[in-house]
Amino acid sequence: MDIQLQNIGHHYGDLSILDDISLSIPNGKIVCIVGPSGCGKSTLLRFIGGLEEPSSGSVIQLGTPAADCLNPLTYIFQDFALLPWRSVYDNISLVLEDHKLTKQSIRQIVDDVLGRTGLTDFAKALPKQLSGGMKQRVAIARALAVNPAVLLMDEPLSALDSQTRELLMNDLVGLWLRTPFTAVYVTHNLAEAVRLGHRIVVLSRRPGKIRKIIDIDLPLQARDTEHPLLVEHQKELWELLRDEAIAADGELLRV
Amino acid sequence: MTSKGAVETDTSTAPTGKPVVFRGKGFKPVPRPWVGVAVFIVLLAIAEWGTRSGWISALTLPRPSDVLLTFIELFESGLLFKHLLPSLSRLFVGATLGAVAGILVGVLIGLFSYVRAGAVPVVAAIFPIPKIALLPLFVIWFGIGEGSKYALIAFGTFTPTVVATFGAVDNVDRSLIRMGQSFGLGWFSIVRKIVLPGAMPGILSGLRISLAIAIILLVAAEMLGAEYGIGAYILQAGSLYDLERLFVGVLILSLLGVLLSFAIGRLEKQLLKWRV
Repeated sequence: MDIQLQNIGHHYGDLSILDDISLSIPNGKIVCIVGPSGCGKSTLLRFIGGLEEPSSGSVIQLGTPAADCLNPLTYIFQDFALLPWRSVYDNISLVLEDHKLTKQSIRQIVDDVLGRTGLTDFAKALPKQLSGGMKQRVAIARALAVNPAVLLMDEPLSALDSQTRELLMNDLVGLWLRTPFTAVYVTHNLAEAVRLGHRIVVLSRRPGKIRKIIDIDLPLQARDTEHPLLVEHQKELWELLRDEAIAADGELLRV
Repeated sequence: MTSKGAVETDTSTAPTGKPVVFRGKGFKPVPRPWVGVAVFIVLLAIAEWGTRSGWISALTLPRPSDVLLTFIELFESGLLFKHLLPSLSRLFVGATLGAVAGILVGVLIGLFSYVRAGAVPVVAAIFPIPKIALLPLFVIWFGIGEGSKYALIAFGTFTPTVVATFGAVDNVDRSLIRMGQSFGLGWFSIVRKIVLPGAMPGILSGLRISLAIAIILLVAAEMLGAEYGIGAYILQAGSLYDLERLFVGVLILSLLGVLLSFAIGRLEKQLLKWRV
């Protein structure tokens, strides 16, 4: 399933947030959105998944998701958003309970995604017992359980320390290599963007506009942080963003 | 060689330096379990000693041992349960009615903007009314029997429960609700699986206050036409200035409060295991 953003614009009152964003998210590819803080990249992601409505323009789905897809547009949040009163198992079964599934098939799905994310031994644990990295793995498992057509990731690694971030990044790459999925990945971390993105969209500071779209052809399995092409791209991104970041940093927040 | 020299310099400079003074002390509650009991014992001992030696007159304060004797007398005559049971049933029925209705209305206020806009001012208007002042009204509405007593206690527990409940619903983490929406959960599922469990801590702590208010109102409810009941017993003793019996009644209410608070504590432990 492809997603197309057509002339998306948004404003809160007379404060313009996003301006004329048109973008296509091709099937089976990871699109990274980077930009200075406050440029509206998370807002854009909420438009794509239908959690918020843009003031103008529209988000179009092209094609129909697979028949066994329970929730085509599925989020992975920065703050994990796990229910603290439910165990790991029950947090995942939560998103399956509203579908007409038997207890057995729910168990089957949950066991499968727990296995894929290496959480089988933690099924009975409560979120408070887990480290940040484990919590985000649960959130990833939960997202995989509904067999999404497009994964929408809102800075999924930002709340983690850098070692854990590296481990989870490897997990994500591994998951994609096993079964390629379509994803939109919002981040402010340029290293993450060049590591994971087939296409990187650079937004300007508020009101966010597309400054540049970079396609990286290097396959994911060939990418490591030292790769000269990636280093080159990361440098280019930083050149693009530096002035924006400085200007955004000096702005007064309007809340 | 050099590293050994460095170690030596370290140890040789240590005695000449000044140790850093610890200034992080205090401002942190530490559990001291037996102090509370000790304070009770000391207070009782002073009262006992004072009334025995005469510097506290018998009119000012009843002697603790006399209060205890009166209590034993009450127990042995079988009157204790004759007073306690009707009170407990009034408390149970009234508080249950009030708390259930309060939680229901509170959740509705939390979920629906129209209910909120309509009901919050009404609750704000009812809350500060001393419910005792409405006793005659309740008697007219529900008769002088048990009905008016239930109503008074229910009404008194209703308002604080409503306020605590909708506050608790408002405080449920919005990001969890948004998560539920993003996975396409139904409205009813979100309420049952996300909003209600998330509001539970706030609802339970509201219940603590509501039940204490219910005990306070018990005495008021038994002011009218109650032959038996702890409240009736206290009022009877009060009008006769029988301080020993008055204190026995007050003691029973106080124990009741401690028991209820303990019960809610256990309930919280059970229901809120997931809290950090």
